[in-house]
Amino acid sequence: MGVTEDNLNTFPGEVYRDDAGQANFFVTSIDKLANWARSNSLWPLTFGTSCCAIEMMSAASAKYDWSRFGFEVARATPRQADLIIVAGTICTKMAPVLKRLYNQMANPKYVIAMGSCTISGGPFYYYSYSVVKGVDTIIPVDVYIPGCPPRPEALLEGMMALQAKIKKSRAYVIDSPKTKQEE
Amino acid sequence: MSKEELKAYLEVNFPTCKFEDTIDFPVVIVEQGQLLSLLKSLREAPSTDFDLLFCQTAVDYKTRFEVIYHLSSTTFRHDLVVKVLLDDREHPELESIFSIWKAAELFENEIFDLFGIRFLNHPNLRRIILGDEWQGYPLRKDYTDANILIP
Ligand code: SF4
Repeated sequence: MGVTEDNLNTFPGEVYRDDAGQANFFVTSIDKLANWARSNSLWPLTFGTSCCAIEMMSAASAKYDWSRFGFEVARATPRQADLIIVAGTICTKMAPVLKRLYNQMANPKYVIAMGSCTISGGPFYYYSYSVVKGVDTIIPVDVYIPGCPPRPEALLEGMMALQAKIKKSRAYVIDSPKTKQEE
Repeated sequence: MSKEELKAYLEVNFPTCKFEDTIDFPVVIVEQGQLLSLLKSLREAPSTDFDLLFCQTAVDYKTRFEVIYHLSSTTFRHDLVVKVLLDDREHPELESIFSIWKAAELFENEIFDLFGIRFLNHPNLRRIILGDEWQGYPLRKDYTDANILIP
């Protein structure tokens, strides 16, 4: 079985043909290769704080099955996760924990804010003394998914939007000098 | 005991208590000084045998606090609500009932955390839900902070 345009499928590169028309290798750029790998094996952190987490579990289970898009390996430790789906209300007591989890994740790392609670505080925006008004006040967010709660389809759409975002990014950038981040 | 029997029993044994008409649990209102002796007797008397404190909570009525005890008996399956009024809104204090029901420890911690009612003789009165550095008691009606946009 050789490399053909058909089985290249979504791979971002071109099949190289020699003079005899044989296709033995393909050409691409290292950015595209890394982004292709990263976006298709995003490992989410199992982190759910309230009702939205139920929809997240549903998206992971057989009926919606997010493994179809490369998210299957949900990790219970931030050291092995690439993606944190903030599914649920974050209150002020939980905020330092979320920040520490984010700091413990290895680069590159991505954040999805799922549900109106994590976008703005949602139903608790006006009256609550304890709910953080948007998770982006604590950690940087890549994709926002509105809804209360968003359906699993919406979560899948958001995760695919994140994949599209990763595919367009520069995989290798010279890092700015590392400073110790405050918790 | 049925609701009427329970009421008759309390009228005989605790004549100073007041009663409230309700459609579900029978409610008895008790003076602060009598609270401990009433609850202790309800727990220990064989005919009432209230061995389960299934809820303890407080309400802020702006001029006073009300602490509410929900009792139940796992042998007789009857329930009773005991209320006690606290008129001192600045320094509300009440005797802890930890010595009667152990479950009261966490209930009273929570009431202290959210209403600021101090329980005397409580084994470890502390903030349990909010952080230690939290100022104020959020479930009081006059509580506000910067997070609450519409009080
Ligand atoms: S957005 Fe709605 S469903 Fe999601 S955690 Fe908040 S209240 Fe629950």
